[in-house]
Amino acid sequence: MTDATQGAASGGPDESPARPGVQEAEELAIPRNPPRPALALHRELHRVWANDRGLWGQLTAVNHTTLGLRFMGTALVFFAIGGLLSMLIRAQLATHDGAFLDTELYNQIFTMHGSIMMFLFAIPMLEGLGIWLLPKMLGTRDMAFPRLTALGYWCYLFGGLIMLTALLFGVAPRDGWFMYTPLSDATHSPGINADVWLLGVTFVEISAMAAAVEITVTILRQRAPGMKLTEMPLFAWYMLGTSVMMLVGFPPLIAASVLLEVERAFDWPFFDVVRGGDPLLWQHLFWLFGHPEVYIIFLPAAGVLSTLIPALCRTPILGYNAIVAAVLALVFLSFGLWVHHMFTVGIPHMALAFFSAASVLVAVPTAVQVFAWIGTMWKGQPELKLPMYHILGFFLTFVMGGLTGVMLAIVPFNWQAHDTAFVTAHLHYVLIGGFVFPMMAAATWWMPLIFGKRRIKGLGEAAFWVILIGFHGTFFIMHLTGLMGMPRRIDVYPDNPEWVWLNLTSSIFGFVLTIGFAMFALDMILQATLGKRSARDPWGAPTLDWAMPVPSTSYNFASLPGPGMWARVAADVVLPLARGEGVLPGAPRGRREVLVTSVGGARPQHVALLPGNTALPLWLAASIGVFVLLMLAGAYALAGIALIPVAVLVWVWGRGLAPAGDLSPVEAAPGLRLPIHHHARPSLSQSGLFALLVADGALLASLVFGLAFLSVVTVGPVPAPAGGGGADTVTLLAVVVAAVALGVGAAGRAARRRSVAWAGVGLALNLLALALLAVVLGGLDDPTRHARDALRAVLAAYVVVHVLVAAAMSAFALDQFRRAEITAEVAGVLPAWRHWQGFTAVASALVAVAVIAQAGA
Amino acid sequence: MRGLPSLLMLPLMLAACDGPLSALSPRGPVAAEIAWLWWAMLAGAAVLTVLVLALLAMGFGAPRPARARVWIHGMGLWFSVAVLTAVLAAGLWVGERILPRDDGAVTVHAHAWQWGWTFTHTGPDGAEVRSDNLLHIPAGQPVDVLVTAEDVIHSFWVPQLAGKLDAIPGRTNRTRIVADSPGTYAGLCAEFCGLGHARMRFNVEAHAEWPPLLAADDADTADPDREVRP
Ligand code: HEM
Ligand SMILES: [Cu+2]
Ligand SMILES: [Cu+2]
Repeated sequence: MTDATQGAASGGPDESPARPGVQEAEELAIPRNPPRPALALHRELHRVWANDRGLWGQLTAVNHTTLGLRFMGTALVFFAIGGLLSMLIRAQLATHDGAFLDTELYNQIFTMHGSIMMFLFAIPMLEGLGIWLLPKMLGTRDMAFPRLTALGYWCYLFGGLIMLTALLFGVAPRDGWFMYTPLSDATHSPGINADVWLLGVTFVEISAMAAAVEITVTILRQRAPGMKLTEMPLFAWYMLGTSVMMLVGFPPLIAASVLLEVERAFDWPFFDVVRGGDPLLWQHLFWLFGHPEVYIIFLPAAGVLSTLIPALCRTPILGYNAIVAAVLALVFLSFGLWVHHMFTVGIPHMALAFFSAASVLVAVPTAVQVFAWIGTMWKGQPELKLPMYHILGFFLTFVMGGLTGVMLAIVPFNWQAHDTAFVTAHLHYVLIGGFVFPMMAAATWWMPLIFGKRRIKGLGEAAFWVILIGFHGTFFIMHLTGLMGMPRRIDVYPDNPEWVWLNLTSSIFGFVLTIGFAMFALDMILQATLGKRSARDPWGAPTLDWAMPVPSTSYNFASLPGPGMWARVAADVVLPLARGEGVLPGAPRGRREVLVTSVGGARPQHVALLPGNTALPLWLAASIGVFVLLMLAGAYALAGIALIPVAVLVWVWGRGLAPAGDLSPVEAAPGLRLPIHHHARPSLSQSGLFALLVADGALLASLVFGLAFLSVVTVGPVPAPAGGGGADTVTLLAVVVAAVALGVGAAGRAARRRSVAWAGVGLALNLLALALLAVVLGGLDDPTRHARDALRAVLAAYVVVHVLVAAAMSAFALDQFRRAEITAEVAGVLPAWRHWQGFTAVASALVAVAVIAQAGA
Repeated sequence: MRGLPSLLMLPLMLAACDGPLSALSPRGPVAAEIAWLWWAMLAGAAVLTVLVLALLAMGFGAPRPARARVWIHGMGLWFSVAVLTAVLAAGLWVGERILPRDDGAVTVHAHAWQWGWTFTHTGPDGAEVRSDNLLHIPAGQPVDVLVTAEDVIHSFWVPQLAGKLDAIPGRTNRTRIVADSPGTYAGLCAEFCGLGHARMRFNVEAHAEWPPLLAADDADTADPDREVRP
């Protein structure tokens, strides 16, 4: 294992200058703890933070280093599979009458290639990078919700395996990675192929939501003391932008997938034009997700560049503030351009002009970053080490991809290039240039921290050149192929001999590209196995992630960097940290402790006790998997029953949050006594709940958008006058909203007065609301009659689910009262319940208004 | 480094650009407008690529002062805004010029189905004439095509005459195509529409005389339920 005592940095930590450009927080001073033997500290911490032994230990692991690496490793396997599929595509297209795949199989293969690369490679890869790296960079020991990390991983793995299995059995999705309906509806795509996509991807996206919630909370609440938001490493800013985009961007996709799955399973006609639905609703919801998705993939990669470029140029980044502003602008703008994927659907030219301008505008923050990076290189002394090769590969490729992106944002040109090989070329320039090259730079940069090994010289550079040549050889001429009229997603082109030389060239270089990736993988494997031991902090890096032994330990820091420690280059603080001079040294109480700080100024607030190794996430993910499989099998009644174990396990999960053991305050540093999280607010869980509610709100907004779209934009058959507008339904809905709203008061009183009686009142109110909702549901129109009826029913179901959860939370509170877990100091579930109840009240009021307005219309 | 060869390769590419489906060998004003837009953007993009790569290469020299004002505001903000505004304006200008407008253009109807096209024209006697996978238009004048779909989404595209427009169930979209001279032009379905997508081709025949005397066997009644043609 790691030798935490080895390797002394020369010079006392106090002599070296603070990192330039970073203001030390003078106001916040935390005295140092007395130094202790590093080895003893290491043993103490390792006992508490390490995974259990053996295979079982892997199944119960919740540690961010283990899971972050596992996310990335699994993503690489999927990348290899996706790459293999792309080789099949290229082989088929090499000649004009490629006969080795039939059309059905070809369609499955390109759909799976795109879906795997987007959902099973890129997104999990960046989640894994964030999960693995953020705690190290911010100076903490784990993510905010370790069990959630594990749950996300298992959902990702199981969802991915379901999709792969479908491919092996020849029933994989085949309607393209954006699954346009009506092609993907039950009439035009019978069989389970489309269901595999809808259910599998949604299953996988649980991991995206989980990662988004905990990345947000970890960045906002677990930074090293004194590390102000405005001073944190840029990578954290990028990941914060990414996670916020995920919180808002994924719900439209989840909403769309649920709607389409319900249409396929139960014939609710959301997208069926004959019954007032609209295929364009799918496109809007999909691209409301799909465009931000591109930036979700790009931002973490850009974060890597903003970290590596200054480090490799030995100078602080140029324009920190401008880059932060650029990230925020990208987050904001990227939600306003989804229509540029829909320039050919027949939207009026003036509306297109607006979205065209917005799409072009988004190039500005990107340009700001590119020039800030180049300016940094001018300012500093760039070193042509291996990561720098990949950074140069990024520049060359991404600049061209960005420029073709601007071209595609120009409406008339888009009308020609859309849905042709030109777009295929563009998207690979952006994805491989803007994501894969930076990820390769990241891999070569952080390998020593992962495996503690040095690389073997030569092979990495060779791999880079082969990849670069292979890539541009494959995709550069594909622009021309597209302009010469070759549409995407075709398997043969017997009448177009003029495309053969283009495609053949692409195919040959495609294989070169694959060889390059294989060389890169080989280089990684050789480094991990045969490489010589790496010294600590081999790059002389300025960030905290290197202020630890290599390979990194299960707990990252023996003591957490206090003010004045994190702002130095890694080499200066590594020793004092290992000797326990920082905050919260060791694990003297035998439990996993991290420091929680305030959002803006990172002042220490309390100590959070994190859960240890557990198989619960595995069981929960498996039980969700059973539900998904039953849905796939069309056993809807059984699938409903399968939700019971899911609910039970969620309850057990909640029980795991209950206070236990020694709750007394902790001496984090001389004179710094901090309460533990049961006695402090706002806790990490509370911040997590807020993040979740943002996503939940985005889900509701997507559904309401759907209803508005169908009512205003869609030109379809007018629905028969909606029932449910009768006076009795209006009254019922009003009572439901009132009951839920009174529940907010009850929850508030229960929380303030620690009153079991008010908790009981809250439960009763929620149950009353549920009973009334059952009557309302019975009175709604047959949802198969018209799309708007169907969407109203979905909105009502949304409220039902939320009230159900609110009822469960009030019951949970009663249970906590019974166990005497709620005391004057410990609020238990009460604050969370109150917030949930509040959200539910607002949501149900909104839905009631929408339903009544529709009925009146 | 990539931009330069692409510039030098221009003549070669121009020669290679010909083809019945090539958007780069336009045969009418609509497609021609878009083609020049493309060539202009390509030239600009090549210059920009070379510029960025040159700046990048210069970064490897000795350290020199780099001011945020120059790099962030000058290059990142103002320079990019200026370039983008120019492109955007050009795009809008071209876009407005090629839109269908109310000028009494000949109107034909294109109906897409899995997997083929049914075109409906008004014949010499005012009666409707239908033909499958062959669209008749007059040469030298604008033709508006009303695009509809029977089952799933398809897309109407005649690259040498104009950009594409989707055929969406429940909607009627209008696009304008123009052929300068009589002849036959190739068209295809550009939106993935299932098993027959690759073979969902059609031809456009531009006639010097309009309305043309259509051969009797051209005109047949479309049956949308028919299987994909061999
Ligand atoms: C390993 C090298 C790769 C090669 C040779 C390759 C090749 C291809 C080809 C030829 C197509 C077009 C299929 C068609 O339209 O007929 C395609 C589609 C696509 N590729 Fe790749 N690709 C590679 C890597 C990637 C990566 C790394 C990503 C994303 C991170 C990606 C994402 C996509 C997507 C989203 C599509 C669209 C799929 C669809 O039309 O439904 N590809 N790829
Ligand atoms: Cu079609
Ligand atoms: Cu098609």
